[in-house]
Amino acid sequence: MGKKTEAAGFTPTGAVYKSTKLPKPTKKTHKSLGIKKDELLGLFECMYRQRRFEERAAQMYQKGKFGGFLHLYIGQEALSSGLNHALNADDDIITAYRDHGMGLARGIPTKAGMAELFGKKTGCSNGKGGSMHFFDVEKHFWGGHAIVGAHLPLGAGIAMANKLRDEKKVTVCLFGDGAVDQGSLNESFNIAQLWKLPVVYVIENNGYSMGTSVARHSAGELVDRALPYGMKHDIINGMDLFTVIEKFQQVAEEVRNDSLPHLIEVRTYRYRGHSMSDPGNYRSKEEMQEFKTFDPIERLKTYILENNIADEKKLEGISEEIDKEILEAIKFAEESDFPDDEELYKHIYADDDFPYLK
Amino acid sequence: MAIVIDMPKLSDTMEEGVIAKWNVKEGDEVKTGDIIAEVETDKATMEVEAFDPGTILKIFVKEGDAVPLGGKMAIIGKPDEDISDLLGDDDGKAEPVSKEEKEPVEKETLESEAEAEETKGKPDEFDPEAEDAKADKVSDKKSTSDDGKIKISPLAKKMAKDKGIELSNIQGSGPQGRIIKKDIEEYKETPGAQQQAAMKRPEKDEDVQVSQMRKVIAKRLAESKFGSPHFYETIDIDMKKAIEAREGMNASGEVKISFNDFVVKACAMALRKHPKVNSSWMGDVMRRHAGIHVAVAVAVDEGLLTPVIRDTDLKGFVQISAETKELAGKARDKKLQPEEWEGSTFTVSNLGMFGIEEFTAIINPPNACILAVGAIRDVPVIEDGQVVPGKRMKVTLSSDHRIVDGATSAQFLKTVRELLENPVNMLL
Amino acid sequence: MAEKQFREALREAMTEEMRRDERVFIMGEEVAEYDGAYKVTQGMLAEFGGRRVIDTPISELGFAGVGVGAAMNGMRPIVEFMTFNFAVVGIDQIINNAAKIRSMSGGQVNIPMVFRGPNASAGQLGATHSVAFESLYAHFPGLITIFAADPYDAKGLLKSAIRDDNPVIFLESEQTYGMKQEVPDEEYLIPIGKGVIKRDGSDVTLVAHGKMVHVAQMAAKELEKDGIEAEIIDPRTIKPFDIDLVIESVKKTNRLVIVDESHPFGGVAAEVGFQIQRDAFDYLDAPILRVTVPDVPAPFARNLFDLWFPSPKNVIDAVNTVTYRK
Repeated sequence: MGKKTEAAGFTPTGAVYKSTKLPKPTKKTHKSLGIKKDELLGLFECMYRQRRFEERAAQMYQKGKFGGFLHLYIGQEALSSGLNHALNADDDIITAYRDHGMGLARGIPTKAGMAELFGKKTGCSNGKGGSMHFFDVEKHFWGGHAIVGAHLPLGAGIAMANKLRDEKKVTVCLFGDGAVDQGSLNESFNIAQLWKLPVVYVIENNGYSMGTSVARHSAGELVDRALPYGMKHDIINGMDLFTVIEKFQQVAEEVRNDSLPHLIEVRTYRYRGHSMSDPGNYRSKEEMQEFKTFDPIERLKTYILENNIADEKKLEGISEEIDKEILEAIKFAEESDFPDDEELYKHIYADDDFPYLK
Repeated sequence: MAIVIDMPKLSDTMEEGVIAKWNVKEGDEVKTGDIIAEVETDKATMEVEAFDPGTILKIFVKEGDAVPLGGKMAIIGKPDEDISDLLGDDDGKAEPVSKEEKEPVEKETLESEAEAEETKGKPDEFDPEAEDAKADKVSDKKSTSDDGKIKISPLAKKMAKDKGIELSNIQGSGPQGRIIKKDIEEYKETPGAQQQAAMKRPEKDEDVQVSQMRKVIAKRLAESKFGSPHFYETIDIDMKKAIEAREGMNASGEVKISFNDFVVKACAMALRKHPKVNSSWMGDVMRRHAGIHVAVAVAVDEGLLTPVIRDTDLKGFVQISAETKELAGKARDKKLQPEEWEGSTFTVSNLGMFGIEEFTAIINPPNACILAVGAIRDVPVIEDGQVVPGKRMKVTLSSDHRIVDGATSAQFLKTVRELLENPVNMLL
Repeated sequence: MAEKQFREALREAMTEEMRRDERVFIMGEEVAEYDGAYKVTQGMLAEFGGRRVIDTPISELGFAGVGVGAAMNGMRPIVEFMTFNFAVVGIDQIINNAAKIRSMSGGQVNIPMVFRGPNASAGQLGATHSVAFESLYAHFPGLITIFAADPYDAKGLLKSAIRDDNPVIFLESEQTYGMKQEVPDEEYLIPIGKGVIKRDGSDVTLVAHGKMVHVAQMAAKELEKDGIEAEIIDPRTIKPFDIDLVIESVKKTNRLVIVDESHPFGGVAAEVGFQIQRDAFDYLDAPILRVTVPDVPAPFARNLFDLWFPSPKNVIDAVNTVTYRK
């Protein structure tokens, strides 16, 4: 892309404000992190499932199989996978609208996820949420939320409920770098620190708030938002699975013990546009190429092969199984029924006989 | 100085006028030329304009009341001017506009009570609903709106339907004459109302008010019929060529000449040839009119009017046709001005469109004659010893024997027939 | 049965429910140490302690959202707004989160909580502190909206609201907190969505809620002297609205005046008027009228405020119009 031009306006212009700088990954191995071999292959499978799910979702979207928005997580799978590995099954997760990867990592079946994209009644939110509102409350996945920053206080509230019940549970509340600029962040951080709520706030810094690079949308370092509240904070490399697992194991442990909130800025990268209609003119091809060399799935694959945890054939076998699973999910979604007409008036109120205005 | 506005003479024949509508109320300021009232005369509803600027200090009569020619309608002057002299003897006759004077007093009482309770108080201007209420006060008491739709509350409508009450029988008492629940309930209390509605026949005789126009028609036609000795002559006219000529004239589609226009034109030309027919009985003299002005009888809701085609003999078919249409329209809309109905010298009355074969008409004074025109009939006629289909029209001339004798009128009729049977001669 | 203030009735309701269900807690500005900005929560900190009676920073968005999150995760929070005028800065949490998450999750999440506090004007507080929000909240599916007019209703309705599994907007008034009424000591609940006839009458139906019930009562007393018997219906719950009660009354009186402290456009009065013309059209003998604040923000100056605020006289004028008495 062209060279940087200094701005006459308020926001710096020019495309080559590099999105984000990756910190060094951890030097720890799977062994030192306590990850068993089959767990490691499971993590590869988890990441690859998210990747293929979304690639196929994009294809189905372009085929016109479903409408609405579609925000892809491709490139950020190390975070969702590592985070879930580090947390307990009854810890709580709430995230923003780029939620497919996190939902699948938390255990939403690919069939239910794909059916939700298609708006079918077999979807994980009964076809009523769509791409941006994957929910699986049984698995403590409290949803994707589509108003930027609006779910930050919800994360604090979920943590507060756990604390009031004296449950030693961690709530992880994830949001993008764009949400850092919302007022809700400051109100939530203040209350969380003031009331010592067991919530981990995670900035998924993928470098861009829609089409605006971090340097162009946010003053100062993102993680420094923790400073005025005296909140513990870290910046980590989100392209590296082991780094994510290491940090979240440590932080989850801490939070369970001291019930203090924590802010983690996870630096990562999305290989796709903000949404399906994004031409991506705001970033350079060179930057994309550079970050592709850090692709978390390729990284893990290399690690597995180099450390003789599995051979190429084994990994290909896993990939093929996933490919099949995703195609079955598409078939399932296509063949599933749309919600019945009566569903229009269901799930709005707790009462089935609520007298709606008609 | 204050001025009394009298009932003006708005037609040559009016003797009194009925106030159809006041456009002003007491206290209103008017400029010269403002239309202050509409007055129904014997012929039409006429506008009364103010000739002096000032404030309306007094209105003597309410809407619907009659005022004789020259009678007091209103007083106009400066505000607070002493008008006691002008009120004079007529004061007894004057109808105070009772509702408008009483209502504000009642309202004030209610307001002061309410304000005593509600310490804050509040001027009327604020509340939009109060504005609505104000609008309600200026209602006329008709149940129909401008588009003729009956105003009625939904409840009253349903009640009327359930009880089978004919809505047009009910006078609404609500705003703008809206029929409301109370009106239906009170209507129900009239015995036989349901039966009446069901049979759709009035139960008892109804006395209909005689309108100004009706009064004048009654008076003048009685005078004519019984004051001037009528005699009648009928002639049958072959209309075949007239029909052909008319079709030719109308073929272009630009004009639409009627048979009546043919008759009017023929009469005008015949009148020129027979000036005795174009006369008036003046008592001492018989006036032979210089101009030929044929009037055409037009039926309107309350009676009939006779607008005049002036200098008929000088006008062609197209002009006669256009003027007749315009004047008939004005007559039906009550827009006819006095100069448009005054000064006829002869009248044509046509009932052909109703299929009337022949009839006799009463002379329209001060004319000497009136021609009654019947329908064009299909009849078998004998031509060259053969029975062939023919088109015939009978016309009957009523003549005032004081002016016209039988031979004179017969010759006139003969000329009329010749013209209609050879319409090309009318174009010469 | 003792006479109790409106604020005491609210306190009793919350206290009883907090004793009954440990998932219930209250948070808001000045609810704990200060004993309540309007003394509604007086003494509750002492009884329940700081884990259940929680002072919040002035962060309406923050604590409203924290309340929603806690409700999602099994608690039954009461969120007190010092006034609903301040809730506007956090209204995203109410209309996007509290009202919609249940629906968007396909029914996986319950949000059993109450947002409560004073609503509408309270004298010369200026435009930003004088807004009646009931029509706004009632606009959004997923929320229940209640506006209590007197202490008896307030207690019974608030207890029902706390036990309800839906997010409830519970509206009060600074000006009625001191109002006294006999309130039973024993437990009672008033069902949500049921209105009540506050005065029997045959000549005209007045529908009024919240503070406007008292304005309607004053007007009715005045009208009575004039031989007009007004029937006053207090819907108590704005949504769901007990329209059947109004329909039955209009069938009897054939005329309706709605007294509503909202602005006119799209207000509660507009909705009630619409429903009555649709469902009771054949029973109307006059157009439905409404008395509302005008379509302008609340003024400060005393005289302008008095012009602005619906008065008994406004109600009397409207009644006179629909009864064709002027």
